[in-house]
Amino acid sequence: MNEAYPRPEAGHVPVLRLGDILLVTLQGDLHDSTAQQLQQDLSETIVSAGVTGVVIDISGVEIVDSFLGRVLAEIAAQASLLAARTVVAGMRPAVAITLVELGLTLPGLLTALDTQAAMALLEQPVVLSHAGRTRRERA
Amino acid sequence: MSTASEIEACLPIRSDMDLVWVRQHVRQAAALLGFGLVDQTKLVTAASELARNTLVHGGGGQMEAAPVTAGFGHGLRLTFSDSGPGIPDLDRALSDGFTSGDGLGMGLGGARRLVHEFEVESAEGAGTTVRVISWVNRPPRGREEG
Repeated sequence: MNEAYPRPEAGHVPVLRLGDILLVTLQGDLHDSTAQQLQQDLSETIVSAGVTGVVIDISGVEIVDSFLGRVLAEIAAQASLLAARTVVAGMRPAVAITLVELGLTLPGLLTALDTQAAMALLEQPVVLSHAGRTRRERA
Repeated sequence: MSTASEIEACLPIRSDMDLVWVRQHVRQAAALLGFGLVDQTKLVTAASELARNTLVHGGGGQMEAAPVTAGFGHGLRLTFSDSGPGIPDLDRALSDGFTSGDGLGMGLGGARRLVHEFEVESAEGAGTTVRVISWVNRPPRGREEG
């Protein structure tokens, strides 16, 4: 009966470079192994490409469970150690509601409503506030 | 209401590929039963957490899905079972922050908050069965119960 469903993609998620920013678009239902592969690929690409920001567009992701939530948080933490900021863009409202109810508020994660807003956020200089969280500096 | 045959299923949980099938089936079944988008998302997320527990902690197992009806309406029942090592201390396993694997410790307790009814049967060495039910168009239960 598995044949009734479209076959989910396994393997690598494309990572696009736009200037100083890496753009990743997650779509549909991600395998655990694909998410972990992305985590590894991104760290390597941040260093090899010398970028200062990462945007992860999750507008096409129907659910974020604790595994994917952890991967997103770890990507942001790794990127931060490699001098790059990560913005998760386009989370669906139902996903946000579910994550909070699940108990996963991901406080360290920078978010934006869409990719464009995420790119704009990364172009702004930042000041560090408490707990290492970043916010926009007033121009 | 839609045909039960599209909702009833018994899916193996043996790899992370199977987690994808579980999520897709639960989403499809929940949509057929008329769950709203937020409730579908909650149920699929709960199923993903529980299926991952079955895989990681139970060493694999299966999920059974079935439609259920009660006086106030209809819903979806999901039963996750494995014959793994079992959960020695259920109360502890259901508390936030508890983890025996490499997760965030939100699996069991978090999944419980996403569904209307939640039952665990487990004994050390005798496997684990988690049964959850969500009802269509029923408000979530109060926080104090969970």
